[in-house]
Amino acid sequence: MSEPAVIAEGLVRRFGAFTAVDHLSFEIPRGRIFGFLGPNGSGKSTTIRMLCGLLLPTEGDARVCGASVRCEPERVRGQIGYMSQQFSLYPDLTVSENLEFYGGVYGITGPRLGRRQDELLDRLELGRERGRLAAELSTGVRQRLALACALIHEPPVLFLDEPTSGVDPGARRRFFELIQDLSAQGVTTLVTTHVMDEAEHCNRLLLIHRGRRVAEGSPAAVKALVPGRLMQVRAEPAMRAADVLEAAPEVLEVSLFGTALHVRLREDIPEPDAFVRTRLLAAGLEVGQIEAARPTLEHAFLALAADSEAEAPS
Amino acid sequence: MRLQALIRKEFRQFRRDRRMVVMAVMAPIIQLTLLGYAADLDVQDLPVAVCDDDRSAESARLVAEIAHAGYFVVSAEATRSADLVALLDRGEAQLALHIPYGFQSRLRAGEATVQLLVDASDANTAGIGAGYLNGLIAEHGARVLARRVRSAPAERSGPEIDLRTRVLYNPTLESVYYMVPGVLGLVLLVITTNLTSLSVVKEREAGTLEQVMVTPLRPWELMLGKLVPFALVATADMATVMAVILLWFRVPMQGSYALLFAALFLFLLTCLGTGLLVSTVSRTQQQAQMTTFFIMLPSMLLSGFMYPIHNMPEWLQLTTYAIPLRYFLTVIRSVMLKGSGVGELWPELAALLAFAVLLVAAGAASFRKRLQ
Repeated sequence: MSEPAVIAEGLVRRFGAFTAVDHLSFEIPRGRIFGFLGPNGSGKSTTIRMLCGLLLPTEGDARVCGASVRCEPERVRGQIGYMSQQFSLYPDLTVSENLEFYGGVYGITGPRLGRRQDELLDRLELGRERGRLAAELSTGVRQRLALACALIHEPPVLFLDEPTSGVDPGARRRFFELIQDLSAQGVTTLVTTHVMDEAEHCNRLLLIHRGRRVAEGSPAAVKALVPGRLMQVRAEPAMRAADVLEAAPEVLEVSLFGTALHVRLREDIPEPDAFVRTRLLAAGLEVGQIEAARPTLEHAFLALAADSEAEAPS
Repeated sequence: MRLQALIRKEFRQFRRDRRMVVMAVMAPIIQLTLLGYAADLDVQDLPVAVCDDDRSAESARLVAEIAHAGYFVVSAEATRSADLVALLDRGEAQLALHIPYGFQSRLRAGEATVQLLVDASDANTAGIGAGYLNGLIAEHGARVLARRVRSAPAERSGPEIDLRTRVLYNPTLESVYYMVPGVLGLVLLVITTNLTSLSVVKEREAGTLEQVMVTPLRPWELMLGKLVPFALVATADMATVMAVILLWFRVPMQGSYALLFAALFLFLLTCLGTGLLVSTVSRTQQQAQMTTFFIMLPSMLLSGFMYPIHNMPEWLQLTTYAIPLRYFLTVIRSVMLKGSGVGELWPELAALLAFAVLLVAAGAASFRKRLQ
C-alpha cells in the first residue's frame, strides 16, 4: 500500500483568540474523492489553505504527496492543483491566455503546453470559448476554466474550495462527473462544500463544525449516524404542526422539507406514525400522509452539528 | 521561463486596461504640454498699469518705450500709486509700474528709482514679463547715459535706474528650461508608482494573487514579474519625454548622459519600491490610487518641482529631504543646464541610491509579508 496522498496530523490554526481549525486529523488515500462538509465559517477554507501552503498551521502538520506543508511548502505546490471559491482567473485575459499563463508559471511551454491546452479545452468543453475574455464567461464556464487552469500541470492532488458555488444544478452534476473521471485516473481530490447532494459523490466525508471534526465516514455511514427515526409528515398548516411537534419531548428535531415536515423521533417510540398523527389531530390540525424517510446528509449535518454544539464547552 | 510567462501576461493585461494605457500615454503628453507651454509662453501684450507721478519728458519716454516694445500694453493709468495694487487684484494688469515724483531729475543726476509690482500668480508669465520690463528700463537708463555722455562728456559715469521689483502673491519665477526637465521625474513617479500598485491590487481583488501563490513561483519571481513590465513602460515614456525635451523644447544638454541615466535608473527604482509599498497597504484599486495621489502631492509641492525649496519656511525645508524627487530634480537640472558632474552631485546621487535601496527593500519585504 502506498502512503495516503494527504495526511493531516493535528492541524490547528488560530487567528488571534479565534480558533478556526481545532486539531483536525485525517487521511486521504490516493485516487479518492474526499468531501469536506461544514457550514460557512466552519474552517473548511482555512484547512485547505493550510494544505496548499498558503497559510502556516499554528500547530500540527500535514503531508501532501509526502511533502510537509510546514517545512517544504514549495515542494507541495508543484504537486497540487487549487481552485478557490472565487474562480481566480484573469478577467482581462482570454480562455486560452489564462491557460497559457498558468501553464507557463508551472514551467510548461512549447508543444507540451499546446497539447495540454487542447486536451483540457476539449475535455472541459471550452474549445468554442477559447478566444473569449474570462470576464465575459458565464459562471459555469468560468468554473470549468478555473478547473482547467488547476489541472494544466497534471497534479496528482486537487484541492477544490466550494467549486460549485453559484453554478446551476446541471453544471454541478457534470462537474462532479469530471471529478469522478479524474479520480478513476488516480487523481486525489479534496472538495469542500456545504451542499449535501454534492457530498453524495464523495468516497469519504469529513463533517466539521467550528473547526472540529463532527463525524467521518462514507456518505452512507455518516447518514447512519443520525440518531432516531425520520418521518416525512404532511399536515396543514405546516408551521403550526411544526410548533406542536417541537413541543413534544419525544421529538428530537423538526425541519421544513418543501411543503412537508421532516420529523426526527426518539428511537424508542413504538409506533411513530400513530404517535405523530395523534399529536397533530389533538391540536386540531389536518393530517395527510405520514411515512418513513431516508435521512439525507442534511439531516445528518443538522443532527450531528447540534450534538457537537451541546458537547462543546462554550 | 516562468518569469517570461508573468511578463507576457502583464503586458497583455496592460494593453487591455484602457485606464493604464491612457495613463502611460497621456501623462507625459499632458505634463509636457502644460508645463512646457505654461512656462514657455512668449510674453505678448502683457497688461501693464502705470502710475506716473513725475509727468516729465523722461517718464513719458519710458512709458512710450514700454508700450512700443511689443510685449506690453499699457492697460491702465492710475493717478494714485495706491490704486496700482487694486488694478493687479482685479486682474486688469499683471505688472504695475510706479514712476515717483522727481524721476527725471534724479535720472539726470545719475540715479533714479522706479517700483515694479508683479502679479505672479502665474509665475512663469509674470517672471518673464518682469524680466523683459527690467531689461527695458535698464536699457532706457543706459540710453539716457549715452545721451548725456554725448552732450556732456565731462560728466562722471552714468545715470542708473534702480529698479526695485517687489513680487506679490507668488514669490517664484521659473523658466521653461528649469520646468521641463522636471517632467521626466514627475512622469516616472506617476506612471511607475500607479501602474505597479494598481496591477498588484488588481490581482488581489481578482483572487489571482492567491492562485499564483499556490504555484511553484517564488516571491521574487512574482515581484520581478510586476516590476519589469512597468519599468519597461516607464523607460519608453522616459525616452519619449527626453526626446521632446531635447528636440522640441531645445533644452540644452550640458552634462553627461551617463550620469543622467544613472540618476533616472535610481529614481525609477525608488518609484517601483514606492509602488510595491502602496500595493501592500491598499485593498482596492481606488485605495491604491488615493494613496499614490497622497504621495504625489507632497512630491510635487515640496521637491522643488514647482516652488524653490529655499523659499519655504525652514521646518518645511527639512521635510523635503524625505522626498526622493527632490534629489532627482537637482541632479537632472544641474546635469542638463549646468553640466555638473559627479563631483558636485555626489550627495544627491548618494541620497537617491539610499532611497532606491531602502524603498525597494521595504517594498519587497512588505510584498513578501503580505503574501504569507
